[in-house]
Amino acid sequence: MSIETEQTAKQTYPDARGHFGPYGGRFVSETLIGALEELEAVYEQLSKDPDFQAEFDRDLAHYVGRPSPLYHAERLSAKVGGAQIYLKREDLNHTGAHKVNNTIGQALLAKFMGKPRVIAETGAGQHGVASATVAARLGLECKVYMGAEDVKRQALNVYRMRLLGAEVIPVTSGTKTLKDAMNEAMRDWVTNVDNTFYIIGTAAGPHPYPKLVRDFQCVIGRETRVQSMTQIGRLPDAVIACVGGGSNAIGMFHPFIDDTSVRMIGVEAGGHGLATGQHAAPLSDGRPGVLHGMRTYLMEDDAGQILPTHSVSAGLDYPGVGPEHSWLKDLGRAEYVAIDDHEALDAFRTLTQVEGIMPALESSHAIAYAMKMAKELPKDKVLVVNLSGRGDKDIHTVADLDGITF
Amino acid sequence: MSRLKTRFDALSQSKRKALIPYVTAGDPNPQVTLPLMHALVSAGADVIELGVPFSDPMADGPVIQLACERALMHHVRLLDVIAMVAEFRKTDNETPVVLMGYLNPIEAIGYERFADAALAAGVDGVLTVDLPPEEAVETSQLFRDRGLDTIYLMSPATSSARLKQICEYGSGYLYYVSVKGVTGSAALNVGEVADKINQVRAMTNLPLAVGFGIRDPQSARAIADVADGVIVGSVLVNRIAELAESPDLIPEQVGQLIADMRSAMDA
Repeated sequence: MSIETEQTAKQTYPDARGHFGPYGGRFVSETLIGALEELEAVYEQLSKDPDFQAEFDRDLAHYVGRPSPLYHAERLSAKVGGAQIYLKREDLNHTGAHKVNNTIGQALLAKFMGKPRVIAETGAGQHGVASATVAARLGLECKVYMGAEDVKRQALNVYRMRLLGAEVIPVTSGTKTLKDAMNEAMRDWVTNVDNTFYIIGTAAGPHPYPKLVRDFQCVIGRETRVQSMTQIGRLPDAVIACVGGGSNAIGMFHPFIDDTSVRMIGVEAGGHGLATGQHAAPLSDGRPGVLHGMRTYLMEDDAGQILPTHSVSAGLDYPGVGPEHSWLKDLGRAEYVAIDDHEALDAFRTLTQVEGIMPALESSHAIAYAMKMAKELPKDKVLVVNLSGRGDKDIHTVADLDGITF
Repeated sequence: MSRLKTRFDALSQSKRKALIPYVTAGDPNPQVTLPLMHALVSAGADVIELGVPFSDPMADGPVIQLACERALMHHVRLLDVIAMVAEFRKTDNETPVVLMGYLNPIEAIGYERFADAALAAGVDGVLTVDLPPEEAVETSQLFRDRGLDTIYLMSPATSSARLKQICEYGSGYLYYVSVKGVTGSAALNVGEVADKINQVRAMTNLPLAVGFGIRDPQSARAIADVADGVIVGSVLVNRIAELAESPDLIPEQVGQLIADMRSAMDA
């Protein structure tokens, strides 16, 4: 389709050393440099290899089920009474979230590199499930690191991973959540680097991960552009996505970067409210620092120690964010806002009841903001929300809050 | 001249090898650190690597992670660690002290402020685990302009092109990581270490110290035969953890571990 070739999204960042302006980079121990250099070289080569791209596209079409629909949520739009809300249905992907776009890509890299073993970190479990899934399909050994707190919160996904043949390792260090799972996965990788591929689940970490995860997730924004032209006849006025590490958001945003008429809005987890400090919104209420191999906005104390985070959604419960978001924030190209736990839960219920679509609690943050925003806009405006995942995994969390036990 | 150069020159003249213990500052509480540092020196330590606690020590194993967590229970900050060095200097002006840790606590207070405070306190070198040379162009210059040595890691996976680059950036000594893994890993292969050390020695005159996987007098001795320095950390931190409930015993007992290694290395 012509629109796809006309697209001019800046592909020039990061620079050769993985920097997005002052952010990104490769802040890791020397013990990891060799592995990252190897990955970078292989990715540089394969990303230009038509065979690799063809296999990736084929898998996205026939295994993931792409393209995912762009759905006009008419009843939701009418209920809100303002701008038209469209949903990019990443929840309909195989395994139920956008995560699989990236794990398909990285597992193909593992296959091309001849690594028989993959490891992953996971928060909500969606990336762990997506990793376990592609590992099963390619016959790779798979180990998933998951914070002990998240293992409790996401029992269903833990069992799914085990059914898929992955070993799930509960991580008990630190705050026992996603950041600690990432520390532990890095340690595994350093130790087993010869036979192991580390499938990072978000557009974060040391170079080249933020770039390659973004590239794999950009299929979301590319499809959205084409679908907008076909279904609406123009580009949307804004694209909205939740931001934890930020992979679904960057996948949606990146192809729109040069379309200055399209606002890009990232929605962070406001937890108990920004004022309480108990949240996971480093772009809204943090400052730049260095963690997990990158310079980016972080939640940290005055002494540079990383702070515990809180969000009702495990997938957003992370003190950092992908470096490209930090840069887009400083440039003013993207806007970042926060939605608190209550607002997200309300949006979860509203979308479920009005559209018969149960969103992941992560995605519910983006829905909540879109509803707020749509209310203030005329009916001819169009907002596209990336519905990054489905909410089945969150039923226990929501039931708990309702005081229901099964 | 830096205390590190003075110390390594003197060791070289007397044909001895450096014994370099690592302990995390403030573990298990801030009162232990100063007497422990003095005890390490009395037991035969030549250089002290003082760990700066960090909430997310990614390149370390569980032993050091727990040490960081114990220290952070007491809110030990980078500036507190620098103050400990200043105290140490009141009675020991010879033993070099290297701060080892992660970049974020340094970023949080600012590079210049850190460098000035560290130098004023009598810190000799800085080893920032997650700051490889290519990200360190400015900081390395800033630290060295002030006379702080910048110590870099080398690993079994480091290419020879990078080894050369690291030799140029490094000062004080170079830290060779003996195994693929995190601190506290097992499976030290002295033969492989010797090969790599010889390869690096052809590129630099800097002293070469080896760490990761050295846990007893025998392995300390074996490494001393091939390198200029022996770095021990997890085995000491493990003993500190065991004694966390009776911290008064820590200086003597951890000192004894160092004394045993010293004897084996000098025998």
